[in-house]
Amino acid sequence: MATTTDQTGKPRMTTALDLPTATATATAAAAPERRLRLGGVTRAEVSTLGGALLGSLALDWMLYERLLPFSGAQGFLLCWYLLFLGFCYALGSVQWDPQTVRERLVSVVAWSAGLLLLVIIAEQIGYIAIRGWHAASHGNFLTQDMDHTAAHSPITSGGVLHAMIGSLEQLGLATLFAVPLGIAAAVFMSEVGGRAARPVRTMVEAMTALPSIVAGLFVLGVVILSLGLQASGFAASLALTVMMMPIVTRAAEVVIRLVPGTLREASYALGASQWRTVWNVVLPTARPGLVTAVVLGMARGVGETSPVLLTAGFTTRVNANPFSGHQVSLPLYIWNYVKQPYPDMVSRAFAAALVLMAIVLVLFVTARVLGGRRPGALSRRQRRRIARDAAARDAVVRETAVREAATR
Amino acid sequence: MTTTVPYQPAAAEPELLSGLETRGVSAWFGAHKVLERVSLTMAAGEVTALIGPSGCGKSTYLRILNRMHEMVRGAALAGEVLLDGADVYEAGRRPAEVRRRIGMVFQRPNPFPAMSIADNVASGLKLAGIKTSRDEREYLVETSLRRAGLWNEVSGRLHTPGGALSGGQQQRLCIARSLAVSPDILLMDEPCSALDPTSTRRVEETIAELRGRLTVVIVTHNMQQAQRVSQSCAFFLATHDTPGRIVEAGPTAQLFTDPADPRTADYVNGRFG
Repeated sequence: MATTTDQTGKPRMTTALDLPTATATATAAAAPERRLRLGGVTRAEVSTLGGALLGSLALDWMLYERLLPFSGAQGFLLCWYLLFLGFCYALGSVQWDPQTVRERLVSVVAWSAGLLLLVIIAEQIGYIAIRGWHAASHGNFLTQDMDHTAAHSPITSGGVLHAMIGSLEQLGLATLFAVPLGIAAAVFMSEVGGRAARPVRTMVEAMTALPSIVAGLFVLGVVILSLGLQASGFAASLALTVMMMPIVTRAAEVVIRLVPGTLREASYALGASQWRTVWNVVLPTARPGLVTAVVLGMARGVGETSPVLLTAGFTTRVNANPFSGHQVSLPLYIWNYVKQPYPDMVSRAFAAALVLMAIVLVLFVTARVLGGRRPGALSRRQRRRIARDAAARDAVVRETAVREAATR
Repeated sequence: MTTTVPYQPAAAEPELLSGLETRGVSAWFGAHKVLERVSLTMAAGEVTALIGPSGCGKSTYLRILNRMHEMVRGAALAGEVLLDGADVYEAGRRPAEVRRRIGMVFQRPNPFPAMSIADNVASGLKLAGIKTSRDEREYLVETSLRRAGLWNEVSGRLHTPGGALSGGQQQRLCIARSLAVSPDILLMDEPCSALDPTSTRRVEETIAELRGRLTVVIVTHNMQQAQRVSQSCAFFLATHDTPGRIVEAGPTAQLFTDPADPRTADYVNGRFG
């Protein structure tokens, strides 16, 4: 037996019969090698799957349409899927050993679960897009507010500008409040607190489960009714902060805990204080995870309706100042117009949902780009500096070369 | 990348080397006593190796030297650790200041993953709150990497992540990082146990070059390594009902060729442990 290595780097056993002499080995090496195909999907597997799919469809149709007194699309699809799994199992059993069959059945289930998820997301976005396209396809939808739009105004008037501004400002303020608070609480729980961390953690966990209407009521009661602040974007952002902070805190604590203790030790061994260690080692190491924590919090905040409902008031006009006057946000806009009995208004609500999803997408991508810089990757300023230094060095080298040539 | 560095340090003064001495150091984890009255002098500018079987308290002893021991919950200690004659456990002395003068390299390489190679080396300055100019920092990065024997391998990619290096390179990066804050003492806790033979050789060469510039204390399980790198040696031993203590300490050559205690002879000849 001898061990050779094929192009994929996987060791392959060949028997001595394959290599009778050294010269034979040499000629074999000179001929173009054929890469072994390992893994991948074979034709038998594809045809088994296809056969199971068609066979189960046919059987399902016969059961539903001819034999059984059932009807309805959901039942049909569910039965089709179960029959499909049964067919897969049966067809597999005649070809492969039981372990292989189980293995492939599990992978079929996993694949179909993934596909189902994709279908559901596509269906949601598609449904909203179709319902909202009537309003969203007109440019005025993004540039106007609803101040001059009545129930029977044409679709070419009115839009979500005021709600977009409101959503972004409220979310921005809430993020500004919730992220430092949340990360500070997470640092307290994982780095500082010791025994005192437990009650804080319990509280945070309880807050995660807080119904969002309660957050709205809290701000309504404390800030608006007791302190006498007007219902405004600022009050809404406070309510959103109450919702977002526990999410940010919990997610941030988890990722801070994942930072290896050896890094903290290394930092202390260099003579760092605890504060320096947290600021320069722990938080930078956890940064990609912290970005995820912030994104999770924002995702929670941007879609909240009920806290905003009680604290922001409602307006049809652009109000860019979150500290005075009512300010509407996208979820509130959707909630308000989708229940009106006019098809154009409902379409505007769906279009607003489309805008909301687009904003969320943009926010997430931005957060990933900002937070996802690879460790040690250079900022633009560092790159410029390195290029400048290199150019300066080259100039010196050139100059000396010229001077040497001249003296010669 | 060429190595033209505009910054030149002020005329180097002859460095005064610091030695380390412990008197009657005992240590506990909770109620469990792990070290019993360890007294040892680690001569300035020399390499001292601490040897002994697993669980005999060598690493605990090492961590007591730069006040890392007290960070473990339930850890306690007694005795004195004298750096230049002053007790590092003196009331009012800040642990961070002690740790800056007594650096440490750990068993597993632990470069900061969020920093580039250069930032890793310079991290000690930032972490200790030392302000430096950019030129000074570049000079320091280069000299530290040279002293750790890593400069030639990484000089062209100082701004790539430190985590992308091989294990041996990472460990030398950690040594460079410790050297950058110019400690008087360098403690090494089995620095080669996670490395391949080639990397081990490089680290040992680095230790040999450090001799005479600073005081090195190294914990090792490898008898040959202790013989190769150290000038003096201390043999620790603990049995399961007694805490760890020093059985024998002295010049390495003597300990390995002519040990006074039969247990030392057994251990260095590989008859137990």
